[in-house]
Amino acid sequence: MYVAVKGGERAIANSHLLVSEARRGDPAIPELTLAQIEKQLRLAVDRVMTEGSVYDRELAALAIKQAAGDAVEAIFLLRAYRATLPRFGYTEPVDTLSMQLRRRISATFKDLPGGQVLGPTYDYTQRLLDFSLAADGAAVAKPEINTAMAENESSSVMALLGHEELIEPQPISAGDPEPNDITRTPLTFPTSRAERLQNLARGDEGYLLAMAYSTQRGYANNHPFAGEIRFGTVEVEMIPEELGFPIVVGELELTECQMVNQFTGSKTKPPQFTRGYGVAFGHSERKAMAMSLVDRALRAEELGEAVVAPAQMQEFVLSHADNLEASGFVQHLKLPHYVDFQSELELVRKMRQVQADQVGAAS
Amino acid sequence: MSAVTTLDPAINLDTGYNFAYLDERTKRMIRRAILKAVAIPGYQVPFGSREMPLPYGWGTGGIQVTASIIGRHDVLKVIDQGADDTVNAVNIRRFFQRTTGVVTTERTVEATLIQTRHRIPETPLQENQIIVYQVPIPEPLAKLEPREAETKKMHGLSEYGLMHVKLYEDIAKFGYIATTYDYPVMVDDRYLMAPSPIPKFDNPKMNMNPALQLFGAGREKRIYAIPPYTKVESLAFDDHPFEVQRWQQHCALCGAKESFLDEVITDDQGGRMFLCSDTDFCQERRGEVASTAALVERPLSGSV
Amino acid sequence: MSDIDQPILSVKNLTKRFGDRIAVNDASFDLWQGEVLAIVGESGSGKTTLLNCASARMTPDVGQVSFRTRHEGVVDVYKLSEAARRLLSRTDWGYVHQNPADGLRMDVSAGANVGERLMALGERHYGRIRNEAAQWLSRVEMQQDRIDESPQTFSGGMRQRLQIARNLVTRPRLVFMDEPTSGLDVSVQAKLLDLLRTLTHQLDLASIIVTHDLAVARLLAHRMLVMKDGCIVEQGLTDQVLDDPQHPYTQLLVSSVLLP
Repeated sequence: MYVAVKGGERAIANSHLLVSEARRGDPAIPELTLAQIEKQLRLAVDRVMTEGSVYDRELAALAIKQAAGDAVEAIFLLRAYRATLPRFGYTEPVDTLSMQLRRRISATFKDLPGGQVLGPTYDYTQRLLDFSLAADGAAVAKPEINTAMAENESSSVMALLGHEELIEPQPISAGDPEPNDITRTPLTFPTSRAERLQNLARGDEGYLLAMAYSTQRGYANNHPFAGEIRFGTVEVEMIPEELGFPIVVGELELTECQMVNQFTGSKTKPPQFTRGYGVAFGHSERKAMAMSLVDRALRAEELGEAVVAPAQMQEFVLSHADNLEASGFVQHLKLPHYVDFQSELELVRKMRQVQADQVGAAS
Repeated sequence: MSAVTTLDPAINLDTGYNFAYLDERTKRMIRRAILKAVAIPGYQVPFGSREMPLPYGWGTGGIQVTASIIGRHDVLKVIDQGADDTVNAVNIRRFFQRTTGVVTTERTVEATLIQTRHRIPETPLQENQIIVYQVPIPEPLAKLEPREAETKKMHGLSEYGLMHVKLYEDIAKFGYIATTYDYPVMVDDRYLMAPSPIPKFDNPKMNMNPALQLFGAGREKRIYAIPPYTKVESLAFDDHPFEVQRWQQHCALCGAKESFLDEVITDDQGGRMFLCSDTDFCQERRGEVASTAALVERPLSGSV
Repeated sequence: MSDIDQPILSVKNLTKRFGDRIAVNDASFDLWQGEVLAIVGESGSGKTTLLNCASARMTPDVGQVSFRTRHEGVVDVYKLSEAARRLLSRTDWGYVHQNPADGLRMDVSAGANVGERLMALGERHYGRIRNEAAQWLSRVEMQQDRIDESPQTFSGGMRQRLQIARNLVTRPRLVFMDEPTSGLDVSVQAKLLDLLRTLTHQLDLASIIVTHDLAVARLLAHRMLVMKDGCIVEQGLTDQVLDDPQHPYTQLLVSSVLLP
């Protein structure tokens, strides 16, 4: 009996073999290649990169394969890998205005310089299962390339509103200090907006979606309008110390959402629209939009609004956004708790005994 | 027979990572946090907790502390619930075997470094030893006041009345203090501290302990410490003094009366027996000083 | 001049703005040991803001608040460290909220509510804490056998009594009260006012009570301040102000035109 709890070492080794076998599945079916995952499950790759905080499509594909498609597990693998990477330095802020656009829409103006570019989106597909996909090898028709994208003459909706001071200027902290890197220095409350945005950018998509949704249902309504949503490719620049000027070190795909929110003004501020911001690697519109709503809600204190709803509470939102922390702590309940449970068992027995004695004495 | 095991041949040193997994800059950052923690006993030092290859909540804080201070000549012991052979302890030990190649042991007396979850060994610790606790919730006031901005102020100003309100309520309701584990302590008469979810049975061992006690909370990104020979007092009232658990039973294997006992269900008729939770302590008492390798080879069934 | 010849609390030129609105404008007054001072005015006149600034719950923009301590002479409240200020406000001061739920811990028993300040000051004897709590329940005319009950089960009047006991357990010399009776039924109000009058007298308490109800001021206060638009427009002995108001606004108030 007692010895049966031993042998953990062997059990773990065997569990590794079992999980590998389960991941591979029926060996008669060809194994997934990383290229297939990277190219054909691109949205899964995008999410894993965003929340894994590493832009590397191939590694994300590997993580998805190793995790048998479990996004949170894949994010975990990527994050643990990221923790061991040395840091060469910081890039210049990416310029999303000069993004090579594949998609750009605004819900606030019917038309605007640069035009509305629908691009690749599931938005206007009719969600009918396409049984032709069940068959292999069907060719895909070539889409038209929108010239507006190539010319990239768009200016941002925010800039247009900014000309008339209808929207607040980009809020930049006093002195514009280099933002604190929350993966190096832990969050302490109250937080700066730069820290909040970092936390939200790697926060769980489902969690942010629910938080954002709650703001629309009356728990901190901010009257949002999707000012602009962009998806495309931006260049990443760094200034090497020996050169002293920026050079392009690569490019990456981003989705950016600028949310415009009504604001009636305060004693010190005129009525004008305020901003909520969201950004994600790859094509992750749901994430970027949800993030922008939550960002705006978390600015309540700064804008003199009453903090009443969960989405406005910094400590609540930010402390629970990370799916690695949440998943780990929820699932740690699987670990042995014999000792604590034994202590509680003793206590409950004692309480019951005391109560029984009292009842006995009373009768 | 020597109890110190040689490196288990089944676990190969993984040369793809730095010694003890973390890069040296990260280790230095963590050691700076540890030094600060030692300098201010019981104070929670925020640190840049890294994502480890084990899940948050499974010992990442303790693992990072251990990884930052372990050296090639250390002898490591890893326990969970007092036992060296529970799956989580095995897994963490394997992690350090893979990434450091250091010698591991199950014997408390031979270890220079002990990582633990939920227990302090029964065998008294010595001056040359360091014990590293895995901590899920480092803030002792968290259950009473969830806002960190507020608890920071309470620590800063030593405003701990609220903690006693909780103990008062227990006595008013039950006649005694009904906290059995993670029982709050005052360190060096200054900081209120969560001892991690050890049973209160172990609390007295923290007081004036010759070993250095380090606490790592990975998910919550805090490190704190009790330097050797520091006063650690479990909260109580003068007329309701702190008490530890006592059992009417003895350990069914070694007959110990003074150790923390686990209850084991032996059949579905309510049969149960009580055994030392500290497996090394139990084995030493029985004169069965065994090596890790021998334990693994032990048959899975059969009576003891 | 000996300490006792000085006011226990002295507020000088206190101003508090919210944005461009001035909530309290250049307010000054003194309060003496054992004296009850009422601040009256309609809602929005700045009386609660003045109370909060005087009690260090809200930092004024301009002005000074001095308190005569038991052992260290007169201190400038806003020059004290936060630790010292917080200690003061849970020992020598009390603060009674209009809504008792704001001043009580609703999830712990009445005994723990009363005992909290003692425990915060280092009292570590359960029996003594409990005994003291029971005595205070009696003094605020509550039954001692309700000591283990949660305030959730108490009526509004009882909660308010409990809040008063919780404040008085450390024998403060100064108590701030914000509309302590206004949420209660008329009959309950009368009993509570009676209790407050007895306690302030017995304990030689100095207290500032904010109220919109002139009857409360007349019953409890030795002196009163009348506020309008952030300014103190009149102050003096209660009977004098009520029976012979000088300022036109006070005259209006007394003739009850502006009050419900």
